[in-house]
Amino acid sequence: MTTETQSIETLATQEYKYGFITQIETETAPRGLNEDIIRLISFKKNEPKWLLEWRLKAYRYWLTMEEPKWHNVHYPKINYQDIIYYAAPKHKNKLNSLDDIDPEIRRTYEKLGIPLEEQMRIAGVAVDAVFDSVSVATTFKEKLKNLGIIFCSFSEAVQEYPELVKKYLGSVVPYTDNYFATLNSAVFTDGSFCYVPKGVRCPMELSTYFRINTADTGQFERTLIVAEEGSYVSYLEGCTAPIRDTNQLHAAVVELVAFDNAQIKYSTVQNWYPGDKEGKGGIYNFVTKRGKCAGVSSKISWTQVETGSAITWKYPSCILQGDNSIGEFYSVAVANNRQQADTGTKMVHIGKNTRSTIVSKGISAGFGNNSYRGLVQVHKKAENTRNFSQCDSLLIGDKCGAHTFPYIEVKNTSSTVEHEASTSKIGEDQIFYCKQRGLSTEDAVNMIVNGFCKEVFRELPMEFAVEAQKLLGISLEGSVG
Amino acid sequence: MLEIKNLHASINGKNILKGINLTVKPGEVHAIMGPNGSGKSTLAQVIAGRETYEVTEGEVLFNGKNILEMDPEERAREGVFVAFQYPVEIPGVSNTYFLKAGLNEIRKHRGLEPLDAVEFLALVRERLKVLHLTENLLNRSVNEGFSGGEKKRNEIFQMAVLEPTLSILDETDSGLDIDALRDVADGVNKLRKKDNATIVVTHYQRLLNYIVPDYVHVLQDGKIVKSGGRELALELEEKGYDWVKEQAA
Ligand SMILES: Nc1ncnc2c1ncn2[C@@H]1O[C@H](COP(=O)(O)OP(=O)(O)OP(=O)(O)O)[C@@H](O)[C@H]1O
Ligand SMILES: [Mg+2]
Repeated sequence: MTTETQSIETLATQEYKYGFITQIETETAPRGLNEDIIRLISFKKNEPKWLLEWRLKAYRYWLTMEEPKWHNVHYPKINYQDIIYYAAPKHKNKLNSLDDIDPEIRRTYEKLGIPLEEQMRIAGVAVDAVFDSVSVATTFKEKLKNLGIIFCSFSEAVQEYPELVKKYLGSVVPYTDNYFATLNSAVFTDGSFCYVPKGVRCPMELSTYFRINTADTGQFERTLIVAEEGSYVSYLEGCTAPIRDTNQLHAAVVELVAFDNAQIKYSTVQNWYPGDKEGKGGIYNFVTKRGKCAGVSSKISWTQVETGSAITWKYPSCILQGDNSIGEFYSVAVANNRQQADTGTKMVHIGKNTRSTIVSKGISAGFGNNSYRGLVQVHKKAENTRNFSQCDSLLIGDKCGAHTFPYIEVKNTSSTVEHEASTSKIGEDQIFYCKQRGLSTEDAVNMIVNGFCKEVFRELPMEFAVEAQKLLGISLEGSVG
Repeated sequence: MLEIKNLHASINGKNILKGINLTVKPGEVHAIMGPNGSGKSTLAQVIAGRETYEVTEGEVLFNGKNILEMDPEERAREGVFVAFQYPVEIPGVSNTYFLKAGLNEIRKHRGLEPLDAVEFLALVRERLKVLHLTENLLNRSVNEGFSGGEKKRNEIFQMAVLEPTLSILDETDSGLDIDALRDVADGVNKLRKKDNATIVVTHYQRLLNYIVPDYVHVLQDGKIVKSGGRELALELEEKGYDWVKEQAA
């Protein structure tokens, strides 16, 4: 088998196609973090007093915390005083229609493949675009409004629906939760807000597109989705960033709340700039995502395709509080070149008959390092709960790594927890077989990798599945030579 | 069509092929027989371009072109096809998707327009019929969870769709039940054209009752030690390989 490893040499020459920089004037806060900066952010956003207080509480708490070290990722110490915590495109008067958006910004989104008007016309996807820290446009709002669905930027929600924000902000991820979430609570600038009223099925995919543009800015967005009894919503988040040779921090928080019989489907295609071949630059993606199945028979599904970032650190989790509630986690994570991914999920079974499914597909290539970290926790009174976990790793070349850290804590004897894991290598024989049928090496690898990820891709909404497949192809380009 | 001259090949420094000479003309069927480990599969893989084998001497011309300099996919696009003795599984990749991608690469190479989904399906259905295969083959992942016999049939199905000019069937008959053997042989015969050639590697003369060869070669220890007509296979079955060895000595 040694010859196989040798012949699959890692060349790892990937190009990041979203690496352009948009020339627009931005309004930025001075570098560094202190209470004044937080007051500035809050002031700029015209926030109510309670929110400023909440931010400050978080900040003071953060000062007492230490950066976590338990993960399997390595990076130089982040200087939190060297980051710009607020950057907004200038002349941001109130946007009344899409025509008011800065043409430069619109062009950026077009380059990214999400023309806003187009999205309107095609009907089906409503986009909330977040550019650096400020949400620039929310399409489709009117149509949704008629159904009673609120879908807007977080800042707008603070202005228009302060009661809802106050009620749910921090209800799933408290400001004391973890180092990065606490930092986010102190300095978050924008994000998306979505509220689906009782019994309403959201008729289209809601989508947010995040993009980091300004150099040295951190992006700290905050997303909150609340699905009332019997409602349904499917939400997609996509991310890109320009090529820069310094690292940028991205520490987001996403909170989901699902009441009785409600269902939230949250899909992510994360394609932040991963850094170059030597590991220079790239996004540090430290994200806290958590959903609470608060009501009976509620369901939260996380689907993520993580192809970008220099470091990915995220564990979208479900708190299964309501009886019969369901949590799902489907993940594809790629670590190519010098990328590091430490990702997984937490399924906390509290209610009776709760069920969870975990399907994790880790792909490592080049010198990439991929870790799955998952916790399945069954509380004492969580009778008849079931969990099934499957963690598969695919290695391309022999300089990359795959690690699995499954933690299982079961305090109820009537529960079933199953864990399956596998590690495989793209075989030289598989590639040869494809080539013998006329396919190029590149296409062969693509096909094999996509086949490996199939169970996850089929959870994505159709058009995003296609997008995800393409992205995967791009991020693995040249990984087999 | 195929001209192999003094071909030597090794793997991990071990010589396996030790001077193969073989000429195959359009329309012909050649059978290659020989004991286990004599190098039959190695020969097939070297012709197809497997990089794990090192060609140390000799040449292989395909339609006048030196194919040893080509990548495996280029050889495939030129019309070389191998039905593998041990077809590999590609989990999660549908048979249809896989074949369509391959066929369209081959068509592109030949200057033909790619087939769209509808045209492809029509072609595939027709070929399934020729081989007496059912459509459920299409939706399954490439060889994943296939029985030994199903894998062999899938190889022939791929051959039928890709329409190669030279097909090398490496022990396609082993693992097939009697009916399947007849179906496969029948299919191979129906797909025969006067400008195509086939090399069948087999241990059993039974297959040759269905696919009647023009020539039979005996491969032993990396060399063709005896060649003859159809009757050689019968003789081999009766007398075994030791007989050839004695003769050659
Ligand atoms: N990777 C390898 N390393 C060392 N020797 C190998 C390797 N692969 C094949 N061989 C050897 O090469 C020789 C020829 O193998 P090959 O598969 O070509 O035989 P075959 O004639 O097809 O046999 P069979 O009838 O069993 O299919 C065998 O002795 C085999 O052990
Ligand atoms: Mg063999």
